[in-house]
Amino acid sequence: MRANERYDAVVVGGGHNGLVNAAYLAKAGLKTLVLEQRHVVGGAAVTEELVPGFRFTTFSYALSLLRPEIVQELDLVRHGLMVLPMANTFQPGYDQEYLFLGADAHTNYHEIARHSVEDAEASRELSHGVARVARALKPWMDRIPPNPVSGAPRDQETIEELRAYMKGLDQDVRELLQRFVDCSAAEILDEYFEHDLVKALYASSGIIGSRCGPRSKESGLVWLFHKMGDYDGIPGAWGFHKNGNGGFTQVLARAVEALGGAIRTEAPVESLRYDGGRAVGVTLADGSRIDADLVVSALDPRQTFLRLVEPGDLPADLVRHIEGFKFQGTAAKVNFALSGLPQFPGLEGREDIYRGFINIGPSIAYLEEAFADCLAGRFSRRPFVDTCIQSTLDPEMAPPGKHIMSCFVMYAPYHLADGDWDRERENLGDTVQETIEEFFPGFGDLILHREIVTPLDIERTIGLSEGNIFAGELFESQLFFNRPAPGWNQYRTPIEGYYQCGSGTHPGGCVSGGPGRLAARQILRDRRG
Amino acid sequence: MAQTPRTTPFHARVAPLNQTGVWKHWSGYLVAPQYHFSLSYEYYAIRNAAALLDTSPLFKYRFSGPGAGAILRRILARDIGACRPGRAQYTCWCDARGFILQDGVILHVRPGEYWLTAAEPSLRYFRNVARDMGTEADIVDISGDYGILALQGPHSHDVIAQLTDDATPLRFFDVCETSIDGCDVVVSRTGYTGDLGYEIWIRSEDAETVWDALAAVGGDYNLTPMGTTPLKMARMEAGLLLMGVDFQMSRFAWVDEERDTPLELGWSWMFRKLDDDDRDFVGRVAIEREVERKTSRWKTVGLALDWDEYENAYSEVGLLPPRHEIYRETTMSVYRRGEIEWDYAGYATSFTTSSLLRKPLALAKLPLDLAEPGSEVDLELSVLHRPTTVLARVEPLPFFDPPRKTASMGTV
Repeated sequence: MRANERYDAVVVGGGHNGLVNAAYLAKAGLKTLVLEQRHVVGGAAVTEELVPGFRFTTFSYALSLLRPEIVQELDLVRHGLMVLPMANTFQPGYDQEYLFLGADAHTNYHEIARHSVEDAEASRELSHGVARVARALKPWMDRIPPNPVSGAPRDQETIEELRAYMKGLDQDVRELLQRFVDCSAAEILDEYFEHDLVKALYASSGIIGSRCGPRSKESGLVWLFHKMGDYDGIPGAWGFHKNGNGGFTQVLARAVEALGGAIRTEAPVESLRYDGGRAVGVTLADGSRIDADLVVSALDPRQTFLRLVEPGDLPADLVRHIEGFKFQGTAAKVNFALSGLPQFPGLEGREDIYRGFINIGPSIAYLEEAFADCLAGRFSRRPFVDTCIQSTLDPEMAPPGKHIMSCFVMYAPYHLADGDWDRERENLGDTVQETIEEFFPGFGDLILHREIVTPLDIERTIGLSEGNIFAGELFESQLFFNRPAPGWNQYRTPIEGYYQCGSGTHPGGCVSGGPGRLAARQILRDRRG
Repeated sequence: MAQTPRTTPFHARVAPLNQTGVWKHWSGYLVAPQYHFSLSYEYYAIRNAAALLDTSPLFKYRFSGPGAGAILRRILARDIGACRPGRAQYTCWCDARGFILQDGVILHVRPGEYWLTAAEPSLRYFRNVARDMGTEADIVDISGDYGILALQGPHSHDVIAQLTDDATPLRFFDVCETSIDGCDVVVSRTGYTGDLGYEIWIRSEDAETVWDALAAVGGDYNLTPMGTTPLKMARMEAGLLLMGVDFQMSRFAWVDEERDTPLELGWSWMFRKLDDDDRDFVGRVAIEREVERKTSRWKTVGLALDWDEYENAYSEVGLLPPRHEIYRETTMSVYRRGEIEWDYAGYATSFTTSSLLRKPLALAKLPLDLAEPGSEVDLELSVLHRPTTVLARVEPLPFFDPPRKTASMGTV
């Protein structure tokens, strides 16, 4: 019998965190292999040319939280990193009402002041407060969180350090942070703003990808999480990677290979092989086996603990925790190839309004109503749609004069009360199209191609359980100490040599690369003993 | 079509006058940093003739109604009660910790009605204070309703006197309502140049009429449009601080080191009569504690550089000392003189080489023991790309204070 292939480390899953993790392991000199089930690496960060010349960002579509250290440490610019700043945000309302915010603070002031002078002033105040809170939390985002149950001196010291750090924060920062933990986005927004369009623009960050409405308590923290990123130091600002987020994961793949790592696509992993509580390799779906000292799962916690291993071999409390870990995907994508740019009544011919997020969801009530549909087990009849047209900034995304439009759609609950997603898919597409048409009349005439990605499609295609885009909800009960489970929040698992590095670990979802990087740090630390 | 910057009500008049073609943004409005290629030309119009500045981008608020006075007594650190109708006041407002939020000039235009200028938006803040007090008043943002022209310089009275008799009796910081060429205006004898001058509030729709009237009579006095840079050179000589440069708004600071108290800005004179009044203004407790415990961290002072040392620093390396039209808003470090080299003491926030006074000037924050007039420090300059120190002396502010600023213009 032929001997199994052998690697120092095998990373299961070629999403951005798997690739980041593999690059760090390879950089440390480990013979590293990434196994990806699909024909292309990237996981949820892929760009696919579904129609010739049109590059679809099928799933994720923007960057903000990417840890800048990764760019330096993996030399990503040499491998083609190119993040284009979004120039502005456009929030359409009804009856030609809109908000258009860009790079200039004074212009933004006057733009908001068209709706409410007090809101224009409050906007700067709130943004400053949020930036201060985000700055305070950032150091902890880039650290391995302490294990709350280990009792180890190192963890106890870190917990003590964290407590002292929090106590040492300025009072206004501590108070606002507490409000984000305790309050819904809408509660905080009601304190700052009077105009609905302004509130709704901010509120959208509080619901993205999560099963909560702007009036749900969880939305405060989800909002703050999305403000943890920046573009060139501008807090909360976003960018597009050249060629979409798939362009970014291709950069990561080149970095992995340049550092000596190997990548194998169309290689789905069936299970982890372990012996006497120690990982020894993986078995692929085709039955072949690969030996490795280290196996790192970049998959979500359900896949990592309940599929790749036999749950019976794990501590019962961990299994219970992972079984209770909330995925409950609520988001879908509908992407369009367009023959031209949409037109907004009153701003016809304005191309500049589309160079960033186009945020459809004009009021808190609109968003709440969309969420009520979700609670009732159906997709929103008037969904929140976070769209962007990357081809306005990145000419390679679509043929000249034509455009590609990514639409992130909420809510689309994974579990439908009636029917199933295979039957509802086209209905969802129609609803999104109608919604956009309501704000941009004539939109339907521009459509050359439509791609619909339901939560079920997300799960089936890239393996994210229940289609949750963050590999598990970003709720307080599932962050930091608890991501994915208390005691198992340091990338280790009960099986020696088996680690986790996906978005289901700290710091969490979004294309940050943080989990992959911190997991590599933990792995390399453990190897040194 | 993309978005374009906003323009002031005077734009149609000032645009053709801008010989440089250079504009900048002030609170989102187009303004000219200078109209003429020669900054000195505009500067000397301020000091020897008359200059006209469009300050419309300032935020403007009107307080009226029965509770207006009470609200302003609460908001403003300086006692508005001392500002009778027909008077104006340079004032500031603080947060609860006694740090500066903003400064501005408030006009008591008519009994119970106040107009206030501010560099940054404050409507929500003012209304929040009023809401917290439970006091009713009309606080309105009138920023777009009025343009403001600053008419400054020794001949500014001669110019305005051609258009109205009501400006003549105005003493320094007096206010009157009058009309110019049929347009209702409010005139205060105030300004940001430290010279004789007036500021004129004009309804936006009357802006061009009033501009034209001033321009028509100004010709005889070499009335010159003035950009913001010569204004800033003049304000430094006048010892007037600039928000965003010499101090920051506490609300948007990140750390207390970026914040100043009014005492640290050198405005203790605003609180001389604090013992005699019992106003419960925002920041009072902190300010009283600072006065009592002498906990000010620094004081903002004027520095005049030693001319010989300044010249030597450059001539030693074969350069001419730069003196012409220099105005900077970048931080420069200040060191204590003594045994220890590079003994950091504080920093300067603005720097100019005053053409009139023939000396380089700075506004700086220094520890209290170095802040008395006559005290000597070293100011860091970059000379031929190397850090160099030059002797500087604390001088009382203002550096330049002509008697005409406060002199009587009338034959009262």
